[in-house]
Order: sequence, then C-alpha cells, then structure tokens
Amino acid sequence: MRALMSTSPAPALAIRGIHKAYGKTVALRGVDFDIARGEFFGLLGPNGAGKSTLISIVAGLVQADAGQVAVLGHDTVSQFRAARRALGVVPQELVFDPFFTVRDMLRIQAGYYGCGRESWPWIDEMLERLDLAGKRDQSMRALSGGMKRRVLIAQALVHRPSVVILDEPTAGVDVELRRTLWAFMTDLHRQGTTVVLTTHYLEEAQELCSRIAILDRGAVQVIEPTAQLLARHPFRFLRIKLADGGQLPEALRPLVSGEVNGAIELKLETGRHPVGSVFEALRSAGLAVEDVHTREPDLEDIFVQLTARDRAGAGA
Amino acid sequence: MTPDQIGFTTLLYKEIKRFWSVLGQTVTAPVITALLYLLVFAQAMQGRAMVYPGVSYTEFLVPGLVMMTVIQNAFANTSSSLIQSKIMGNLVFLQMAPLGPLEWFAAYLVAALVRTLLVAAAMLAVTLPFVPLPVAQPLVLLAVFLLSAGSLAAVGMIAGIVSQKFDHIAAFTNFFITPLSFLSGVFYSVHALPAFWYQASHFNPFFYMIDGFRYGFFGHADVPIASSLLWCGGFFGVSAAVCLWMLMTGYKLKK
Repeated sequence: MRALMSTSPAPALAIRGIHKAYGKTVALRGVDFDIARGEFFGLLGPNGAGKSTLISIVAGLVQADAGQVAVLGHDTVSQFRAARRALGVVPQELVFDPFFTVRDMLRIQAGYYGCGRESWPWIDEMLERLDLAGKRDQSMRALSGGMKRRVLIAQALVHRPSVVILDEPTAGVDVELRRTLWAFMTDLHRQGTTVVLTTHYLEEAQELCSRIAILDRGAVQVIEPTAQLLARHPFRFLRIKLADGGQLPEALRPLVSGEVNGAIELKLETGRHPVGSVFEALRSAGLAVEDVHTREPDLEDIFVQLTARDRAGAGA
Repeated sequence: MTPDQIGFTTLLYKEIKRFWSVLGQTVTAPVITALLYLLVFAQAMQGRAMVYPGVSYTEFLVPGLVMMTVIQNAFANTSSSLIQSKIMGNLVFLQMAPLGPLEWFAAYLVAALVRTLLVAAAMLAVTLPFVPLPVAQPLVLLAVFLLSAGSLAAVGMIAGIVSQKFDHIAAFTNFFITPLSFLSGVFYSVHALPAFWYQASHFNPFFYMIDGFRYGFFGHADVPIASSLLWCGGFFGVSAAVCLWMLMTGYKLKK
C-alpha cells in the first residue's frame, strides 16, 4: 500500500492489481487504474464484465483474491474506517429496511458514519432535492420502487462523502428521477465530489463523464477521456433512403451497418470511404437518393465495437 | 462522542427500535407462552416432582421458565435480525459502514440483553403476586443472566451469519435451542433423572444457566455455583470469540 500512498495528493480511488475469482469463474483479472479527485468517471461494460464485483470490492462487500484499493489514500482493508467515511455507494439492488421511516433510515445511516444531529439539516435538504420531503415519515415498505431508489441515493450521500459510486442508479427509473438525480449529482460534482458512474445508458455516460473505462471479461479494455475515446475511432455514419425502392449497389453492401425506418445506414471510415465516393457509386448505378442524413459515432457505437472486437479476439 | 461511539450507539438504537416496533411479538408473546407453561406444569406437577427442600414446585419452576425464555429470546433477537437483513439485502448498509467488528458485536449483544431483560422483568412482575421469590444472591443472579443472555445472543449471531434462509434459523432453533432448553432442568431437578440422563445433563450448557439462575434466587442449586459460573463464562467466551472471528474475517458475510 506504500505505493498507493506515495503520490500527493492521493487519487480519489486507486485500484491496484485486483484479481477475483468465484470458483473457476474469473471475475476480475488484474484491474489497475486511478480515478483522480473531482472526476466524473464512467465505468462501463457489458453484463458480467466485472463492474459490480469491482465496486463491491471497493465498498468492502467482497474480498479481492489479490490487489489493493485505496479511497483518498486510505486502504480499504487496513484503514477501512477512513476509507468508508470517504465513500458513498448507491447499490444496484433496491434494498431497504422495512422497520423504519424514510427520515429514521437516513438518520440511522448518518449515525453509522459517525454523524450526529449536525447532519439533520443536510438530510432535510436531500429530502427536498430528491423530492422525498412528502414521504419523510412514511415507512420504507410503503414506498414505490422509484422512491426507494431516491432513498438509496440519499443514504449514500448522507455523510457527505468525497467519493460517490453510483452502480446503475437509473436502471428502471422514470425520466423525472433521472433528471432530478443528474441535476443533484452535477451540483455535487461542481462542489468537488468525485463521482463514479456505472450505467447501461451510454448516452448518460457520454454526457456526464469526463473519462471512461470500459471493462470486459474482468479486464480494462480501454480507459480514456470521453472526447478522446469518441475521436479514436475514425468513422461516421451515412443514412440514405433510395428513391423508387432502388437496391444498393454490390460494392457498397460491405459498408452497411443497419437499417432504420426503411433507410440504409452505412459505416464509413474516414479517409478510406469518403462520402463523395458513396454518392458516385449510387450515381453510376443510376440510383436516385430520396433522403440523406449523417451521424457522428457515439459512445454506444464505440462500446459495441470495442466489446465485439474483444469477443471476436477471444474466440479466435 | 467520537464517530466510532456514535456508530455503535446508532446501531444499538436501530436494533432496539427494530424489536420495539414489534413489541407484541418480541416481548408480550414469549411472556404469555412462558406463563402458559407455568399454569399447565404448576397444575400438573405440584406435589409430584421432587425439588429442593422448602421450595415449592411453582417457586422452583418460575426461575427456570424465566431463564429458558431469556435463552430462547436472546437467540431469536440476534439471529432473526441478521437473517432478515440478509434476506432483505439491507445488511449492505452495515457492511459498507465504518463500523468495526467489536461495535457490531456489542450493539447486537446489548440490544439482545435489553430485550431479554424486558422479557424477564415482565415475567417476574406478572408472577410476583402469585409466586413471590426470594433473591438470595443478586450478584450471582445478574452475572448468570448477563453471561447466559450474552452467550445466546452470540450464538444467535453465529446462526444468523452462517444461515442463508429462514429455514436454517428454524433448524438451529428446532434441533439445538429447543431440545437443549427443554432438557436443561427447567421443569425438574436433575436429581430426579435416571443416572444416564443425570450425567448427560451435565454436558448441557443451558443446564448450568438455569441452575445458576435458580441459585441466585434460592441460594441452593443442583450443582455448585462455581461450576455454573464457569460453564456460563466459558460458553460465553467461546461463542463470543467465534462470533468475533466471523465478523473480523467476513466469514459468510463477504463473498
């Protein structure tokens, strides 16, 4: 852990050589990266990639077979109290304690972290910000799924942690909660909180995260600033609708990436497939174009390309 | 208070509030059950069972029933709290909190002591007008109560930690707690047993808890009080050590 402590100031999260296997199934194979203080960081990957296992190790719910994690320089095993006080985790599962009201639950959670009555105004503020004020005296068991999710978010923030991990916080929630949550988290991030987000809604990650790691089959496939990640794959999409039900020329068929509402989408590599060459091929074939639309690649395209390539590589 | 002390008192408050919110189930029900035992056995056995000289069967029965109820409720309190938290998934709130194994253990233990103290006090208060009991050795009474309730609270935590569903807790209750408490001399003096069962009773830790508790009331028991205190203390030491080891290593709690 001395190596983790040597940098100054310590990163928000330092993850070093984490290995974890469940029997013969290897969940994480040497995961190693830092998250700087104040980052809004995206941890992405397909189901079974190892994201939740990694988060559980950081949170102290799972023991790594090898490797170390430090939160703000505090080792999560040997200095677990300091590490946990600096960390707030919104778990993926909708868990709650049925014996308590919303306000009791939040005050109890604050108490676990050593926060007394001085935390109550912050609890009231969170209840307002997360639209829970009207539910403060309701039993947890009487809340809807969306409301329970809001309470989970408040619970993770109740001790004002410097590092917040959101494990798929918007899975199955309505648009209103998403907007409320992102507005709240963006505010906290602006005030200096480090936010780590895992989500399957890649547009959220693209919009919010300044840096992204893609985890697949237990290893980090790529870790880059979002803008760099978006720029590293030099292709764009051209969507064309041919007039009079025309058929695409044979030469363009290998470029087809999909079909949307009767329009054909072509994936063009910059430099290799200029847009002009597509129109030239269409004109040569005597085809008229009814409609045309271009689209820059988004995170989803890059995610699919990276994880699909890695799977193909693994299968070879 | 330090943050760690606030953490401990919060967990203790939460555990007390948990059983307090269902007081009818956690305190009233066991008291009624024990009183029914008292009613039935006192009627059926008065004058038939051989007990201590100068002590009526009903007087003999009450401390045994109180301790049996304490044993069963100390176990039930910690084991049900843990298994419910596991099954509901809310144990993660505790596991992610900066609470050490000692605070965790102590909070669950003290909450169980509070519940069993309430149960014992309620039983003694209800029976007092009909069965007035002397208190010959108050310090022994307190020591045996604390060690016994503490032991079973620790055993309940162990059961809660190793169990994955309610059936497992039921198995602990049905195959360990209930048989050992019924065969511990609650309803009879072990001197009335055949030789084999008399000897077998001396390997049952619950026997020493009940016998030692009776000594606190009457100053008289089936075995010397030093043996009872030694057994109760030893059982508490072992169960607390096992429980703390499980909490420290994350046994069955961390994957």
